[in-house]
Amino acid sequence: MIIIGELINGMFKDVAKAIDRRESDIIQHLASEQIAAGATALDVSVGPYSKNPKDDMKWLVESIQKAVNVPLSLDSARADVIDEGLKVAGSRAIINSTSADPEKMDSIFALAKKYKAQVIGLAMDKSGVPDDKGKRLELAATIVAKAIDFGIKPEDLFLDPIVIPVNVAQPQCKEVLESIRDFRMLCDPAPNTTLGLSNISQGAGKKNRSIINRTFLTMAMACGLSSAILDPLDKDLMDAMITAELVLNKNIYCDSFLEAYRKR
Amino acid sequence: MEPVKEKCVGAIDVVEIGRPGPGAIKVGGETCMPFLLEEGAMPNSPVVAMEILDCEPSDWPDNLRSALGKAASDPVSWAKFAVGECGCGLICVRMQSAHPDWKNATSEAAVSILKKISKAVNVPLVVIGSGDDVKDSDLMPKVSQALKGERALLGSAAQNNYKTITATALADGHSIIAESPIDINIAKQLNILITDMGMPAHRIAMHPTTASLGYGMEYTYSIMERSRLAAFTGDRMLAMPFVLFPGAESWRVKEAKDASETGGMNWELVTSVAMLQAGADILVMRDPGAIRETMKYISNMTPKL
Repeated sequence: MIIIGELINGMFKDVAKAIDRRESDIIQHLASEQIAAGATALDVSVGPYSKNPKDDMKWLVESIQKAVNVPLSLDSARADVIDEGLKVAGSRAIINSTSADPEKMDSIFALAKKYKAQVIGLAMDKSGVPDDKGKRLELAATIVAKAIDFGIKPEDLFLDPIVIPVNVAQPQCKEVLESIRDFRMLCDPAPNTTLGLSNISQGAGKKNRSIINRTFLTMAMACGLSSAILDPLDKDLMDAMITAELVLNKNIYCDSFLEAYRKR
Repeated sequence: MEPVKEKCVGAIDVVEIGRPGPGAIKVGGETCMPFLLEEGAMPNSPVVAMEILDCEPSDWPDNLRSALGKAASDPVSWAKFAVGECGCGLICVRMQSAHPDWKNATSEAAVSILKKISKAVNVPLVVIGSGDDVKDSDLMPKVSQALKGERALLGSAAQNNYKTITATALADGHSIIAESPIDINIAKQLNILITDMGMPAHRIAMHPTTASLGYGMEYTYSIMERSRLAAFTGDRMLAMPFVLFPGAESWRVKEAKDASETGGMNWELVTSVAMLQAGADILVMRDPGAIRETMKYISNMTPKL
């Protein structure tokens, strides 16, 4: 399971402050902490308060890469900001993300091809977030077709069925789970899937967020989810992920299986 | 037709036995399933250690004893026979004399014989206890101290009895055999328990329990195969080399004991070759003919370095 740590995001006040003040040690510490907790990649976002998103993205990527060596998921709505990050990100970057809109896909897939980056494709378009699995599948198929046109391999594509908070559109949770299964049938080999896990509990009571997140994650893994953007510092979440992998026969059981996973 | 090639992640750990130098033995390091050299490499060939008792093997089958001849009349000549005549680069000494039901030799007396053997042949050593847990908890620390600097492979640690031997092996620079009862989950757990004590993973060899041909060999085979497959998807707690004892197991069975002159040898040989196909890195064997044929097989199957 590819775990993309979500914590280096300028929407968090402490991260925004560190970006603003160019405090690289704070960013590097966050990066190392997430990797130590089990993240295999890191999401990087300058956040909504950034006045110079291009400069901030460049600085973030450079700071992180001084401390750790994992793929970075460059998270921005702007292709030029992503481009700035890709210039310095090395060969294993992930572009987060494109929608199913043709113009957006054209610019993002061109970047992916240029920099040999992987791409997260969101199953949504200008008309908004789909309200059922049928529409999600349609949009995902559009993304897959365009990716094939650009010569991007299925294993370099991560399809995101768009998670809606459970207290906003509760029936959507099941649709998302079924979409994960459906997306895997779009091509052979199957494309990867991903999701922004924390979205499922966005706005829910603070004490409920962790259990909602980890329950949804294990259910999504049972449907074939191959990666997730989440908070790796939530130990209960990571324990649930490790246990789900065990149940899915991904690792050999032993009594200390939680410890064993962390010793991999 | 294009053969399908699997991708293996990582490598099996390398365990080094013997004093540093040209005589030291390295096992492990594979980056592919056994002998699938199109998919990776086997940088260290599997090795055969002749099993020596530290006393006369009076209860061994007649056909095995006659194959060994006068060499087995005392441990030192036996060790010399193993190295000089059979070409073994390492030997395995079983401290049987110390067993209470055998000679019940004191630990000190048994260690003294071991030291004589070691001095006589000067090759890397695998040393296993008498088989009596109480006696071995006294014996093996003394063995470990006596062999300090030799980087021996000491056996065995089991899930319910691993602390003493692990602590002493760790302190004296030896490697350890981690034994499990044909159970991959216990094998993995034991490796975690041993590494939690500070023993580096590259000083552990796994013994998944040996079962001979006709008596459960396939169970051992499938445990080893599953372990290797897990190791090659990144499971470091199953990425240790294997040590097996086809000699001891094969010669227990009636088919080997009652066989013609070569029947027992063949029983041991077939068990050994099957274990090699499952991923065995060290084979502890008894019959000189089986040893010779097994070494030929290894030579034919592995690249010439």
